[in-house]
Amino acid sequence: MIKLEDVHKSFAQHEVLKGVDAEINKGEVVCLIGPSGSGKSTLLRCINGLEAYQRGRISVDGETVDVGAPTIHDIRTRVSMVFQRFNLFPHRTALENVMEGPRYVLKEDAQAARQRATQLLTRVGLADKLQSYPSSLSGGQQQRVAIARALAMQPEAILFDEPTSALDPEMVGEVLQVMRALAEEHMTMLVVTHEILFAREVADRVLFLDGGRIVEEGPAGELLRHPKHERTQDFLRRVTHPV
Amino acid sequence: MTGFFANAGIYLPILLKGVWLTIAVTFLALTLATLLGLVWALFRTSGIAWLAMATRVFVEFVRGIPILVVLFYIYFVMPEVGLDLTAFQAGVAGLALTYSCYIGETFRAGIEAVDRGQVEAAKSIGMKQPLMMRRVVLPQAFKIVVPPYSNNMVMLLKDSSQVSVISVAELTMQGKMLASSTFDNMTVFTLVALLYLCLTLPLNFVMRRVEIAMGKAQ
Repeated sequence: MIKLEDVHKSFAQHEVLKGVDAEINKGEVVCLIGPSGSGKSTLLRCINGLEAYQRGRISVDGETVDVGAPTIHDIRTRVSMVFQRFNLFPHRTALENVMEGPRYVLKEDAQAARQRATQLLTRVGLADKLQSYPSSLSGGQQQRVAIARALAMQPEAILFDEPTSALDPEMVGEVLQVMRALAEEHMTMLVVTHEILFAREVADRVLFLDGGRIVEEGPAGELLRHPKHERTQDFLRRVTHPV
Repeated sequence: MTGFFANAGIYLPILLKGVWLTIAVTFLALTLATLLGLVWALFRTSGIAWLAMATRVFVEFVRGIPILVVLFYIYFVMPEVGLDLTAFQAGVAGLALTYSCYIGETFRAGIEAVDRGQVEAAKSIGMKQPLMMRRVVLPQAFKIVVPPYSNNMVMLLKDSSQVSVISVAELTMQGKMLASSTFDNMTVFTLVALLYLCLTLPLNFVMRRVEIAMGKAQ
């Protein structure tokens, strides 16, 4: 459903993606791992058209992702994004944050949007926080609102950009739990993460990105337990045994 | 001192006529300048390169000319190309034009100060630029710009005295005429200064409340 073919991306002189090929199928959960600076977030942002890429092709359901094209808005409604720093709208309540897209982008009527937003927030365990502003929510709660906001667009896939990296350790679990539930419902997900344990348990497939290229990919269990490439082995050793 | 109060009673009604005109000029110029300023700011942040550039050149151009010269230009030069405005109209137009550039820059700074993540979040749910501006960016930008905008308001009110040079009989002009006919400079200009304070201090107070209210309303 999401296809990347020989994707190149540079910031000025610095080439971040040096020809990435990958495919994410419908209903699949794929984790994208790799050292910082390897281009993971950039890759994710290119898929959603938040960054332009210079060469190659990214497509969603066969439709090319092009930042300058009018189709980009429509593609974004089908591929939602969850950010590392949540990026909730601070001037709107949790409920309003979730309603925003359906109400003003999809033009649903207020009643229906409200009802579905309430259901979604209940589903992520925040039924008692509908009227709270982001500033009064914990990081974990904010990220769950952000996931509900992404879900409210009824997307075909969700991109997660290090969704737990900005959280205090005790809040990581509640967010991963919501994501695990989504995976069990076969939501198509591409997750940039450092949570190797989560990747091992939840992902169908893992891509290891290093130096702007996909160095290794394979079924989660296999790649994470028995990495073949030296750089993958080295990375996993450092992540799982930091000391 | 008794002389001051005795004469003040005579001068005040005359000066108050000027106060009303000062308020009228300020209010009209501020309204126009705010609307135009918003347009300049939206142009400059539109992402459309030529539009942003053209606006930038225009704003830099107007900002680089003293208000007095702008007023002279509109009042004395424009009639030669067929645009004949009354002194009042020219005064409002000159102030509005100049301040639209200051206010536009204030708004632009506010828009650019909104966290980039907000723009990305808005885009990620499929919002196009106009909707994103209206629902996400501007509500947050307005909160940021209340203090500098208040400052612009007060400065505009004080700069409305400049239109006296093209014979608009606002407060400063009334004071000048009164002083030159009575030679009572001390009383007249003290009153003029106090009357300006009667306008600016409440304005400051009100805007401070607005700032606090917006801060609370998250």
